[in-house]
Amino acid sequence: MKKLMLGNEAVARGAYEAGVTVATAYPGTPSTEITENIARYDEIYAEWSPNEKVAMEVAYGAAVAGARSIVSMKHVGLNVAADPLFSAAYAGVNGGMVIVVADDPAMHSSQNEQDSRYYAVSAHVPMLEPSDSEEAKEFVKEAFVLSEKYDTPVFLRTTTRLAHSQSFVELCDRADVSVKKYEKDITKYTLMPSTAKIRHIAVEKRENELKLDIENSPLNFIREGDKKIGVVTSGVVYQYVREALPDASVFKLGCVYPLPVEKIRKFAESIGKLIVVEELEPVIENALKANGIPCEGKKYFGVQGELSVGRIKTALSGESFSDKNNVVNVPVRPPVMCAGCPHRGVFYVLKKLGCRVISDIGCYTLGAQSPLSAVDTVLCMGASLGMAQGFEHALGRENTKNVVAVIGDSTFIHSGITGLIDAVYNKTALTLVILDNSTTGMTGHQEHPATGKTIKGEDTYALNLEDAVKASGVNFVETVDAYDMKAVEKAIKEACSYDGVSVVIAKRPCALKIRLAEKPYEIRDCKKCGKCLKIGCPAIQKNPDGSACIRHELCVGCGVCRDMCAFGAIVKE
Amino acid sequence: MNINVLIVGVGGQGTLLASRILGKIAENDGSDCKLSEVHGMAQRGGSVVTHVKAAEKVLSPIISEGDADVVLAFEQLEALRYINYLKRDGTVIVNSQKILPMPVITGAEFYPENVTDVLKKECRFVIEVPALEIAESAGNAKTVNTVMLGVLAKTVGLPYEEVKKAVIETVPEKVRNVNLEAFEKGYNFK
Repeated sequence: MKKLMLGNEAVARGAYEAGVTVATAYPGTPSTEITENIARYDEIYAEWSPNEKVAMEVAYGAAVAGARSIVSMKHVGLNVAADPLFSAAYAGVNGGMVIVVADDPAMHSSQNEQDSRYYAVSAHVPMLEPSDSEEAKEFVKEAFVLSEKYDTPVFLRTTTRLAHSQSFVELCDRADVSVKKYEKDITKYTLMPSTAKIRHIAVEKRENELKLDIENSPLNFIREGDKKIGVVTSGVVYQYVREALPDASVFKLGCVYPLPVEKIRKFAESIGKLIVVEELEPVIENALKANGIPCEGKKYFGVQGELSVGRIKTALSGESFSDKNNVVNVPVRPPVMCAGCPHRGVFYVLKKLGCRVISDIGCYTLGAQSPLSAVDTVLCMGASLGMAQGFEHALGRENTKNVVAVIGDSTFIHSGITGLIDAVYNKTALTLVILDNSTTGMTGHQEHPATGKTIKGEDTYALNLEDAVKASGVNFVETVDAYDMKAVEKAIKEACSYDGVSVVIAKRPCALKIRLAEKPYEIRDCKKCGKCLKIGCPAIQKNPDGSACIRHELCVGCGVCRDMCAFGAIVKE
Repeated sequence: MNINVLIVGVGGQGTLLASRILGKIAENDGSDCKLSEVHGMAQRGGSVVTHVKAAEKVLSPIISEGDADVVLAFEQLEALRYINYLKRDGTVIVNSQKILPMPVITGAEFYPENVTDVLKKECRFVIEVPALEIAESAGNAKTVNTVMLGVLAKTVGLPYEEVKKAVIETVPEKVRNVNLEAFEKGYNFK
């Protein structure tokens, strides 16, 4: 049976067909739907882990114990999970283990454009890269075979355009894979200097064997064509290349680490000029050059953003392929906090109080956008707490009373809480606002340890954030309704003047998750002062005459704008 | 089915559902098909674009600039933004709805005037559809996407029964009838 599937859904299907029994992840665009789809299979235990490191460790433990396991994350999540990764590569597996890492060229939903292929190179972990959904599914199964044959975790690398494109997949049955017997072996699974030295030798040996195997693997193949230009490529870029250069000879890589160097060398000798077409870093190009295979690549394509059929054609021919460029100056349409978003009022207050806002990763990153423009810094998951403390140590307490760290509930659990423990331990007067919307918002509403539900929808213990904060040694904890701007302002003022670590929890469910049963507001007899426009609600628009109006189909009735109006003009319909 | 459709709009307008219905038609009639979607940050009221490609064999899931048979725009400004994807003799089907982006609301930028006129100057075939009004008359403002799908089906000659079948198979049951009504109204729009 054939079915249209997202790349991510196909990865999930591949895990199912491969007989996986354990799947873990922390949500992250563009990888989230993998584990959401896996959770629909009753045969597989699936979890949202608190962060990628824990996810990697749970999956690795399952593999050591003998099960086939899969862990999925976005590229920056792999940084969090890098510690277990490098050592797991030494100790190897028992049951197969696949690590899915989703890169985001062009940063559709990310804070950097790092190339995860370098992790494969430096951890000596093989990496497969599919070019459509069918390959995504089949490569997962192949990755398990390699994992068990070579006693190593195996990467499956995707990019946004693979993860979030649908193409046809042929469904197969689930393989009958039993959990392998676990046997204690401290020379393998107990890494310490004496054993790790032995394991490092094993890593080199298995990689050399794998390199020979990969030279003849059907994962890599040649599409014969014109001999003037030969292209080496992989992933979804292979599809672009075929469309952009239909006549060229193409060496299509399914395995991007290790590379079938000798096979590519032969290919290079058979054609005129060798061009490597790859997104982001020159990983393949540099590897070929290091092996003495002349080629070109980044001189045409650069390292920024995504490739496309047009970009490949233009880069190689110099021609442009559209006659309608820049018809008219079109205003940008950046993403915004939704109407009724509980973060909005908090950011308005922070800006009003002149706070230096050290923010974090989530929907509330949008607090940086105009007109709120309330955010000073955003770095990575959980960084707000550490960075805010750095400000205090650099500038002194008296100059940093307005410094406030802001983090969401899911991100706080992911990696914020250790920063809080640090502040208490080192007697830093950190002020923290936890924006608790009771979900993982930006990635599309996943459960987390404080929501009381598992990925499968089962009830579970809900971590109480206030208790967790208090248990870390914080004496000032105040929970307020995020819609109550007066209460938010009072709490933040008190927190900033408190001599010690202070935490304000601004609580309200995400407006997309729980829609208020409130009537929308409307504006009567507007005085055109424009103050309500300053909170940046997409439901409030400016009329040509300068007055404001509320779009009733968008307004959820949160009332934050009502509290902004000095004239009482914003009322219920 | 043999067509490249670029569906553009604002996060939350239902572009994904429209592309999935087109994917269903391809699945049913045996064409190859690829859809490319937007998830994550851009969905929060940002500009969104979904690519639908159907043919005997589809390679890139992304439509190249100058290669869309139809730009199906759920919002005027978004039609302008992506017009460079349209083929020389392609068709723009544009919902007459305007949704102001935040920089326009705050006064930092201006919403261009007479968008349809600009489109008509640039493209030979422009169809303007009051899709929000039609959707409301069908009974649900959120069915703008199926109204637009109806206009698309009629314009490019997709078989009525096949599209209807795909709508039934794709849309959740509780909003199926209102979507069929919206599709019907879009299909019969003149």
